Amino acid sequence: MGNPPARTVRFTVNGVPATVEVEPRLTLADCLRHALELTGTHVGCEHGVCGACTVIVDGRAVRSCLMLAVQAEGCAVQTVEGLVDGEALGPLQAAFRRHHALQCGFCTPGMLMTSHALLSSEPDADVARVREALSGNLCRCTGYIGIVEAVLDARAAYKAGAGKGRPDR
Amino acid sequence: MTRHDILVGQPVERLEDLRFLTGRGQYVDDRSVDGMLHATLVRSALAHGTIRAIDTAAALALPGVHAVYTAADLGAKVPMIPMRMEANADLARFEQPVLAHGKVRYVGEPLALVVADTPAIAEDAAGLVAAHIEPLPVVLDRTGAERGDTLLFEQAGSNRGLALQALRGDASALDAAFRDAPYTCRRRFKVHRHTAAPMETRGLLAEWDAARQRLTVSGLVKVPFAIRALLATLLGMPESAIDAVESDCGGGFGMRGEFYPEDFLVPFAARRLGRAVKWIEDRNEHLLAITHAREVECELEIACDRDGTIRGLRGQGAYDLGAYIRPNAVTAPRNFAQMAGGPYRIPALHMEVALLVSNKTPAGSYRGPGRFETDCFRERLFDIAAGELGIDRVAFRRHNLLRQDEMPSRLPIVMPYGSGGETDSGNYHETFERCLAEIGWNDKVALAGRQIDGVFHGIAIGCYIEGGGSGPREHARLVYEGDGRVAVHVGSSAVGQGLETIFAQIAADALGLPMDRISAVRHGSSGIVKMGYGSLGSRSTVMGGSAILDAANNLQHAIRTLAAARLGCAPEEVSLEDGLRSAAARGRVLALAGPSGLAGGGIEADGLFENDRRTYSYGSHAAHLTVDAATGQVRLLDYVSVEDVGRIINPMTLHGQVIGAIVQALGGTLLEHLVYDGQGQLLTGSLASYLVPAADDFPVIRSFVLENHPSPLNPLGVKGAGEGGVIPVGGVIANAIASALSSFGVQPDELPLTPPRIWELIRRGNAPVALP
Ligand code: FES
Ligand code: FES
Repeated sequence: MGNPPARTVRFTVNGVPATVEVEPRLTLADCLRHALELTGTHVGCEHGVCGACTVIVDGRAVRSCLMLAVQAEGCAVQTVEGLVDGEALGPLQAAFRRHHALQCGFCTPGMLMTSHALLSSEPDADVARVREALSGNLCRCTGYIGIVEAVLDARAAYKAGAGKGRPDR
Repeated sequence: MTRHDILVGQPVERLEDLRFLTGRGQYVDDRSVDGMLHATLVRSALAHGTIRAIDTAAALALPGVHAVYTAADLGAKVPMIPMRMEANADLARFEQPVLAHGKVRYVGEPLALVVADTPAIAEDAAGLVAAHIEPLPVVLDRTGAERGDTLLFEQAGSNRGLALQALRGDASALDAAFRDAPYTCRRRFKVHRHTAAPMETRGLLAEWDAARQRLTVSGLVKVPFAIRALLATLLGMPESAIDAVESDCGGGFGMRGEFYPEDFLVPFAARRLGRAVKWIEDRNEHLLAITHAREVECELEIACDRDGTIRGLRGQGAYDLGAYIRPNAVTAPRNFAQMAGGPYRIPALHMEVALLVSNKTPAGSYRGPGRFETDCFRERLFDIAAGELGIDRVAFRRHNLLRQDEMPSRLPIVMPYGSGGETDSGNYHETFERCLAEIGWNDKVALAGRQIDGVFHGIAIGCYIEGGGSGPREHARLVYEGDGRVAVHVGSSAVGQGLETIFAQIAADALGLPMDRISAVRHGSSGIVKMGYGSLGSRSTVMGGSAILDAANNLQHAIRTLAAARLGCAPEEVSLEDGLRSAAARGRVLALAGPSGLAGGGIEADGLFENDRRTYSYGSHAAHLTVDAATGQVRLLDYVSVEDVGRIINPMTLHGQVIGAIVQALGGTLLEHLVYDGQGQLLTGSLASYLVPAADDFPVIRSFVLENHPSPLNPLGVKGAGEGGVIPVGGVIANAIASALSSFGVQPDELPLTPPRIWELIRRGNAPVALP
């Protein structure tokens, strides 16, 4: 055995260029968390079920535990750290706080990124669509009611174009 | 003195949220230190077997591997994990060694610890460790355990630990009740094995400081002081040489705070190697290694008069506790026995519960331990009995619920532990009637059992009492800082439930400060208060909150005393003004905050709250659901919870906890199941096979919280909540399904109620009804 040689990968994270040396087997989640010290992205299952690791890559919500860092070459990656509006909470984050959409906060980054991707492309999503979109993100604390309310509440900001960092830009 | 609460009772937005929403939380895996190594466990692939050899040479030869430890490396005697709650010599025969030696007893049992430069190398190396284990026959259920032809622990001579007894009334009264009652009914029930499955798996970071001979451990949550004490004993170090450091925690639900093998192994490796060592559990090993919960079966019998008056309740239960007795293993069986009567008037009660071992993952505590199970069985039996007696289910409960003039009510005594206790305060009829009103019982009950648009409607209601505020004591310390703000330190630990906010609300009100003058709330670290008893059994608000009140009084007194010395008067003459920014007496005003103020170096005060009686919140849940008889699919149409918690600190966080708890319990009732095959292999080793509820499963839950009956046992009047939402769910749902499928004669006696099981019950039902 032994370690396969490291590869150099370049992509942007939250608009900032990043260059990392990674083993080919390193997931994007681990790369973000440990190589780039962006620990906001969480890992809850490592097998694509819980959604905690969701980030946005070139406009689409992806599970960063199922993507290798080397596959991100040339991509634009957005993480929860990129959702803030300057120093203030972005509209989705503020809605989460208002609606008590989080308790332990562990699922929260993934919930935010899934919701952000949804509202960025479908700011009119109705309650059924919101629940459907969120059904791939597991939360063990909240029972989801606050989360769904928060996403519905944040729609107005996205319709008005105030959603932070549109992923399809 | 009356306090004028401004923040307590308000839906104050959470302080924690700011860091969690921006990705700045500090969960244990978010911490890294220079030179840190990574650990991974080699776990048994067999459920039962004799260890012949563990060959670590190939793993050790892999570049980047620093150590591979097996039981042989731990010294002459492998450390054993002792019981913590209700320690008992009979059960101590089944304690777990921190690494398997001689035998393995469940799939996932730690065999070796590998430490390497990176997690990937550690995992590669773990794959190279060859364990030669000779298989033994496996014990996987109650029958097998009781038969005893295969013993997990030969010296113990049995797979049965002790049998707990819960007693109310004497044996002759019970015999008389069952002999003389015109109606008795006996049924056998079962709750399946499931688990908390928080979104963050476990993890630890242990740092060893060789120069100072100190160990620092992050990731010890829930009961950090207790774990630290045990770790010190097992490592042979003074407790004071170990720092337990607070970290954020991605969900607790009772399962954290066991002393797990890894809690010893990771610090052990750090000390042995003189390096920081981190271990983060993956999801598969989490499902194998975390304490499982709830697996119990029981024959339960009730004796009633024809009018439904309950004369007695008795039962024999058996808990499958898995391969070893872990620190909190007795909590669920004890609660199961003691709470069997719930909030009802049951003059004679006798429960016997056997604790059995089997070749499955050890079991422990999970939110509402034992109470979920016992409530499920009792409420099922009530509906069956009411049905057979021809009494309305609601009338049956109304008739037997304890009345306010019967409070406090004594709880059964649990042997061999002896503790009984009594409820504190409450009016069980109030929550019951309110719950009926909120669900619209009188209108909906007409739908029960009817088929509308192809699905059958069912409705049910059930009651519970919770039990919070467990002692013995809690510490707090308030620090008045030079800038006029106050830092709160408390020994209760947060596991994601929003304690920082609640404690800030309590402290701010007690000191007459606005929220933003609370500079920080620190919890669960051994460096900040003398002692802490952690977060369990819905105790944090009760105990920690009350300790903060005491500290606030003491802080004000300390400030008055200092100010009095400056102002040349008695402390009683000093009034604290302007939100603790100044003190006044005899017409003079003294600045407290700021550069010239009194508090330049900070003024501190400790607080303590002691308690040996528990608080009891209580309530009722009701459900309206439909069942598709063709598929067994259950759809929840309405779910209502009404509880009285004595006093509400923050209605927003309280509702959040209640709803989260209900959904978690709905998962445990309808979806979640840890399934083993005939060889003791866990078949549900991922979140793709262990199904927890998702956002589109249970969208209709309504929670109403009352504060009509404050607890007389603490100055806040709070009772603790957070588990109540779990307790009645299994029984209510099973009864609602029975109600829906009454025309099929379906009487569920076992959870989980998955579609295939319901479908099977319909096929087996004794009333022939044409299926769609
Ligand atoms: S960690 Fe990626 S989906 Fe769970
Ligand atoms: S807030 Fe804890 S898992 Fe969602």
